[in-house]
Amino acid sequence: MSPDLPSSSLPAAPDANRVDGANGATGANGGGAGSNLLPGALTGLAALLFAFLPLFLNAFAGSSAPYWLDVVNTVGLYTILALSLNVILGHAGMFHMGHAAFFAIGAYATAILNLSYGWSIIATMPVAALAAGAVALVLAWPIIHLRGDYLLIVTIGIVEIVRIALTNNIFGLTGGSNGLVGIARPSVFGFRITRPQHFFYFIWIVVGLTMLLFHWLENSRFGRALKFIKEDTVAAENMGVNTSRYKLMAFVVGAAWAGLAGTIFASRMRTISPESFVFSESVLLFTIVILGGKGSQKGVLLGSFLVMGLPEFFRGFEDKRLLVFGAALVVMMIFRPQGLLPSKPARYRLPDPWPGKLSGAPAAEPVTANGKRAQNGAAATGAAGALSEPSGPQGSDPQSPGPQGPGA
Amino acid sequence: MYDLNFFLQQLSNGLTRGSIYALIALGYTMVYGVMKLINFAHGELFTLGAFFGYTLLVTLGLAGSLGPPLAIGLSMIMVLGLVALAGHLLERVAYRPLRHSDRLAAVVSALGASIFLQNAIMLKWGAQYRAYGADLLPNVVFRVGGFNLPLVRLLVFVAAVVVMAFLHAFIHRTRLGLAIRASAIDQGAAKLMGIDVRKVIALVFVIGPALGGLAGLLVGLYYGQINYNMGQLYGLKAFTAAIIGGIGNITGAMVGGLLLGLLEALGEGYVSVAWKDALTFVVLIMILVFRPTGLLPERVAEKL
Repeated sequence: MSPDLPSSSLPAAPDANRVDGANGATGANGGGAGSNLLPGALTGLAALLFAFLPLFLNAFAGSSAPYWLDVVNTVGLYTILALSLNVILGHAGMFHMGHAAFFAIGAYATAILNLSYGWSIIATMPVAALAAGAVALVLAWPIIHLRGDYLLIVTIGIVEIVRIALTNNIFGLTGGSNGLVGIARPSVFGFRITRPQHFFYFIWIVVGLTMLLFHWLENSRFGRALKFIKEDTVAAENMGVNTSRYKLMAFVVGAAWAGLAGTIFASRMRTISPESFVFSESVLLFTIVILGGKGSQKGVLLGSFLVMGLPEFFRGFEDKRLLVFGAALVVMMIFRPQGLLPSKPARYRLPDPWPGKLSGAPAAEPVTANGKRAQNGAAATGAAGALSEPSGPQGSDPQSPGPQGPGA
Repeated sequence: MYDLNFFLQQLSNGLTRGSIYALIALGYTMVYGVMKLINFAHGELFTLGAFFGYTLLVTLGLAGSLGPPLAIGLSMIMVLGLVALAGHLLERVAYRPLRHSDRLAAVVSALGASIFLQNAIMLKWGAQYRAYGADLLPNVVFRVGGFNLPLVRLLVFVAAVVVMAFLHAFIHRTRLGLAIRASAIDQGAAKLMGIDVRKVIALVFVIGPALGGLAGLLVGLYYGQINYNMGQLYGLKAFTAAIIGGIGNITGAMVGGLLLGLLEALGEGYVSVAWKDALTFVVLIMILVFRPTGLLPERVAEKL
């Protein structure tokens, strides 16, 4: 914690104070900045096993296999949505509780293009994403500067406005409260996706692609800028990061991806109506991200399974399920406020340790609100310190870019 | 149709509805002011008030045995107390353990509490609409020219205004009120001045829910029927009202509530019933675009 530690890893994070020391140390060996994926091999193995899930279900679940596969598909769809929300909420740190609005716009774009203009489902996908992104751009432009809770209420307002517009059959396109019926199934390279097991592969391949894309995005210049903005907006602004532009970009990217998920939803359900896109859907997505651990893909994946999948095991409780769910949320937040699998703090290799006079400059000291945090923060900083050895000016390399200040 | 009487009709309706929004908004704004937490379960406490009132007046038949004026007065007092107790329990269970945690964790805890309460109400009182009964209040309508003013509208408005006047006096004239205002402005400084902020938070979680519960009872009286999930929309609108007035600002919540009620009633009368809720949120967004912290400032520089 002392200011002369050469290693104040630049934009590393209040997140730093959430990871216990041991965890942090293993993360440091992982190398890449803020790597969120499991080590490659393990991830690959898990994915491979997961790919056989339909077969397992057929073998063991018998007649209820299609039902459980549907549950897994729903989990997948919500994973895509929650991952897209994670860009806005987890990475950019914007309190956004209106994600269902963009999901709805994507779904309706697909439905309208398919039903009225005969487009194939796959062809509507980019248009759905563009439509959701464009609406997000227009709506978010004037409000992007709003502070946390004001943004929260405005995004809730957006989801309500969209729902009311859909219910009132805006432009005579949305079919009012009955919604739109008879949306086609998607077909990929001539293969029609109809059955739950087809959708299983379709949805989960999209989940995989989404994770890769957002993982890459997180570690790009864009992602690093977002991280910086989330940790300290004023500092980011001072370093020349155009904060509102990056926030707006994150919002639009997240919204567009939700629109894309809307396409999948529309073609899977074949019927969409405003009830599918109400405020409580947004709340559910918000909950998945926070419960899982905001900013962490593993966390979001786990969150989707817990929020969308686990309650299916308690069908027996019938109407008491939501009661239990609400109570469980409270309990989980009390015992694990940082989420189940929070993101690891970002770590940056420091081939060129700071010259002594600059060492105090970056604001990487985790704010310590209480003793526990202070300890964790110290452990994390210590781990980062070990990373940047040898310390002292003699290790300097004139070519090295130094710590990767995002957007600097 | 669009004559002066119609306008007065909408105006009085809007003021009454607005006074209900204001009562609910006060709970949001007081809690937010002190804790910087959106109490998402506040809408459900409001619903709880409506159902406690239903149990007292209809199920237990107080209105029949005591006569309407006494029964309504008594149930108002009991609803205030019961919902205050519920609010206090909520704070103890769902919020106090999260005082020093990440703010988003508290938000999710509040959402969880809201889901829990809503479903608890549904399991206890059922998912269908419950009617307060038309014979609860005499169907008296005052006529001034062509303008009709139902007794219930007057009663609801007066009750809300009287309670708010008491609250205003409490906040501005008593030492406890001073402590609440000080904690809302700067918790740290308030602690240094010897204010027990924990007690202030507990107090705020008693007053806010009590007012919200009373609003629930008034909605039952005014509209005649209640439903287990009505707290969601009312809560959202009342929170909007609190934001419009500048959240954390107690006078602002009252002004914001009345403004929102007027806006809605006039929008309903002159624009479109189907779009009135959308209008609310459009206006909210417009206000926040041009005044990012609401109409009245969040923090007024004042001498305490």
